Amino acid sequence: MADTKAAEMKVKVVKEPSLMTGSVPTRDWWDVEAIFKPGNYCYPAKKSIVEYHGKNLPGLFGEPRDWEVESDDWVLPDNWKEIIINGIKERLDKFRSLKIFMDCCVRCGACADKCHFFLGTGDPKNMPVMRAELFRSVYRNDFTTAGRILGEIAGARPMTFKVLKEWFMYFYQCTECRRCSVFCPYGIDTAEVTMMGRELLHLVGVGTNWILEPAANSNRTGNHLGLQPHTFKENAEFLIDDIEEATGVRLESLNFNRKGAEVLFIIPSADVFADPGIFTFMGYLLIFEQIGLDYTISTYSSEGGNFGLFTNNELMKKLNAKMYAEAKRLGVKWILGGECGHMWRVIHQYMNTMNGPADFLEVPRSPITGTVFENAAATKMVHISEFTADLIHHNKLKIDKSRNDHRTVTFHDSCNTARGMGLLDEPRYILKNVCNNFYEMPENTTRDKTFCCGSGTGLNTGEIMDLRMRAGLPRANAVRYVADRHGVDMLSCVCAIDRATLLALNQYWNPEVEVCGVSELVGNALVMEGEKERETDLRFTPLAGMEG
Amino acid sequence: MRVLKAFIAVVALVLVALLVAQVPGGQSLLGIVLPYLAFAIFLGGFIYKVVDWAKSPVPFRIPTTCGQESSLPFIKQNKLDCPTTKTQVVGRMLLEVLLFRSLFRNTKASIHDGPQLAYGSNKWLWLFGLLFHYSFLVIVLRHMRLFTDPIAGFVAPLEFVDGFLEVGATTIYQSSFILLAAVTFLFLRRVVRPYLRYLSLPADYFPLMLIFAIGATGLLMRHVFRVDIVSVKELTVGLVTFSPAINGQIGAIFFVHVFLVCVLLAYFPFSKLMHLGGVFMSPTRNMANNSRMVRHENPWNDPNIKPHSYEAYEDEFREFMVESGLPVDKQPEPAPAEPEAGQAAPEEESKA
Amino acid sequence: MYGTGRIIPALIIFVGLMTFPIWYNGGKAQQPPELVLPTEYDECVRDTQFMRESHMVLLHEWRDDVLRKSGPRSGVTDRGLEYERSLQKGCMSCHYDKQNFCDQCHDYTAVVPDCWACHLEPTKEAI
Repeated sequence: MADTKAAEMKVKVVKEPSLMTGSVPTRDWWDVEAIFKPGNYCYPAKKSIVEYHGKNLPGLFGEPRDWEVESDDWVLPDNWKEIIINGIKERLDKFRSLKIFMDCCVRCGACADKCHFFLGTGDPKNMPVMRAELFRSVYRNDFTTAGRILGEIAGARPMTFKVLKEWFMYFYQCTECRRCSVFCPYGIDTAEVTMMGRELLHLVGVGTNWILEPAANSNRTGNHLGLQPHTFKENAEFLIDDIEEATGVRLESLNFNRKGAEVLFIIPSADVFADPGIFTFMGYLLIFEQIGLDYTISTYSSEGGNFGLFTNNELMKKLNAKMYAEAKRLGVKWILGGECGHMWRVIHQYMNTMNGPADFLEVPRSPITGTVFENAAATKMVHISEFTADLIHHNKLKIDKSRNDHRTVTFHDSCNTARGMGLLDEPRYILKNVCNNFYEMPENTTRDKTFCCGSGTGLNTGEIMDLRMRAGLPRANAVRYVADRHGVDMLSCVCAIDRATLLALNQYWNPEVEVCGVSELVGNALVMEGEKERETDLRFTPLAGMEG
Repeated sequence: MRVLKAFIAVVALVLVALLVAQVPGGQSLLGIVLPYLAFAIFLGGFIYKVVDWAKSPVPFRIPTTCGQESSLPFIKQNKLDCPTTKTQVVGRMLLEVLLFRSLFRNTKASIHDGPQLAYGSNKWLWLFGLLFHYSFLVIVLRHMRLFTDPIAGFVAPLEFVDGFLEVGATTIYQSSFILLAAVTFLFLRRVVRPYLRYLSLPADYFPLMLIFAIGATGLLMRHVFRVDIVSVKELTVGLVTFSPAINGQIGAIFFVHVFLVCVLLAYFPFSKLMHLGGVFMSPTRNMANNSRMVRHENPWNDPNIKPHSYEAYEDEFREFMVESGLPVDKQPEPAPAEPEAGQAAPEEESKA
Repeated sequence: MYGTGRIIPALIIFVGLMTFPIWYNGGKAQQPPELVLPTEYDECVRDTQFMRESHMVLLHEWRDDVLRKSGPRSGVTDRGLEYERSLQKGCMSCHYDKQNFCDQCHDYTAVVPDCWACHLEPTKEAI
């Protein structure tokens, strides 16, 4: 299914008739059915996985069963419509955002061409306003006076299987990146609508395996891959050998589950086992070693990423709760978080509300610079970029910028840290201090207007490759721009999903551009005590002047 | 088709008003009963809707951050797009409400051979949206000359500024024409731009046409089919002093105008026009980005949702943990326990 | 209800603004204009309803006709009374009390005609 060759896709996205290329659909949107075929949907969750979640959070994941997306019988419960309508009612009562976003949209269309899925597919239902209308039409039918009286004229339609299929298709073609909400005059956030839509789908047992299985793994083993504690530890320790080979320094500080450490360090677990996240992990360790940070990594809470965010707020809370639980058990003073996008959306906007107050922790204070992180005074968790930028500002890191001279770097703002947190200049400050060749992508594609990698919120799965490559096109195209103009060959980011998805995206659209975490570039530039003459960077690519 | 439905609705409303205005008692209905009813529906409906929104909590602090957060002293915070204090939020909201700041960001995307995506500046919607809303406001305020006796102080300067053109017998207010032009633009873009035509509902065309009709009947009344303004004001002041009466003859065009306004008022709370209230209550805009500084309370936060406990985790993996040198809270039993059966989450290859 | 501290005051302000004319007038019975009509004649150049609605149009016609097109300076009413097609010499010859005639309605409805930018305001003595 991965399917369309890049050369062919390059033509298709421009020539293929779509709303993006100027051709207008002949049928009204509610007459166009969602048709599933291989490559345009994620596989449904396995029965055993749904059973597992249903046991932990009864009633939220529907009846465990085997079902086929392409079939016309999803083996739904008899009262599935009632479940959905009651579910909407419950969510309207719980979330003011949902009520307001249902009522206030004027369909001005400002969001339409802001969505990466729309830009890449030209599918009208990928315009954020349309995606929300899929939900709103049902809301009007059952919850508004106008909809009850006027029906179709008021844009109302009853919940049917056809609508359910649309929901499953288009709420899984949204990465909750919030770009549309930046442009909306009322701040309507499609991410909220998609979240609610997915919660409702889960209620009737419609979910994808690529999200629910990692979520189950995270719950049980601590990380989404299901690595057991010893494997997690061995994987991490294996990277110590690699660091030694590249730098000549044997790091002593890596440790796990240590009570009494000052700082608990939580990362997206992919940084321990997936290329190129592992190089980011090496970067973290080198920083900590150089400054002598008293930290520990937990195998129990070894996943910063939160697949619950992609299902429902209950599972999000449950998975996230491990962070504070582990910090309390280990008796640390505060928590430091690695480079991850949606992990930080959860930490920044949800964690303290869901699982706080964290009164057993102290207001984070950098033991090296003495900086008190007042911006994390309540949540007590600091982003590694904030931490590192502070170190650099206080000249606490020994840096040789030229060690990144073999790279021309640009920076991709992750949607979640950009639009759900405001972490924009910290990574840039770091980048400008650790590498000489740094170029920004065009204005409309960075910072708060950054484009998603195209595969966030659990869409990073192999069965929808074409869709992902299309959705990632706006990002890839901006990378193309700086690659052509400035010879950019390294796309840096502060997100683990990005490190996985941008890799695939660049291999497709910009094969000469590699992907790295910001901390990897810091690691490259760090001058360690007792190091050998560095000939390569952390991924064993020769440094500038060392190519021979 | 959807345009037609809205058009037919507005034409029908005009005809109904024309007809009723000729029937005995019809003028009292259109000029007295319906205005009271419509205004009551408007106020009541508006309050009901806002209270209904307010009945749902804002469980999470979810501002859309459109600029740099407040973090380190040497990194400059964008106080308006990523506010952390109430004052900054007020600043952000004022820009949003008074100047439509988010709409000002609007761009237009296009795709070209390559493929190459381009994002051009596109401020027309912002401009005409702003013109529309402000001219509407000016017109409403100008109408206060008919509802206040003695006339409120702001009316004269407003009329002076708004009406520096005088062609023919009656002063021409530019706001009237700006309103009609802006409504026309907003309508045309819906019809002309393919994606907008595709997503627009009758509920999008209807208010535009209704407001156009209100503006047009107003202009006709002022410049073409003149009515006796003194009798009109006796009625309108009568309405707001609760002593309404129709004295003298008032032309039918007045009743059409008033009827359409009544429809707009009554329609308001049940429609997308409620964005007037919603823009103030949108959680992505009216919240400070201080969720890591101050704990935000969620009234329905469920304390019964607990993490998979460390104890359960250690129980499951204790043996392996001890073997690999990981510290454990409880030392293993002499005879190691069997690994738990029925593990639901099997191991798989890397996902991220 | 949540956030009542902000929402209720906001709603009160909203209702206050929307009902501004009600509390501004304070329910006082209004003072509609009382016109002092000339006692000499019981007939105007056109019928009363026309004059109430469109006198300004008539004045403009006269102005354009007489001053710009050298049209007739006088007209005849339905009942055969001759009048001068002139604000000052025609209208004001009967309605000489501007304050109790013109201004009554104009002030009542905030109409600011520009007649008096050129014409002299008549005084009783002048008549």
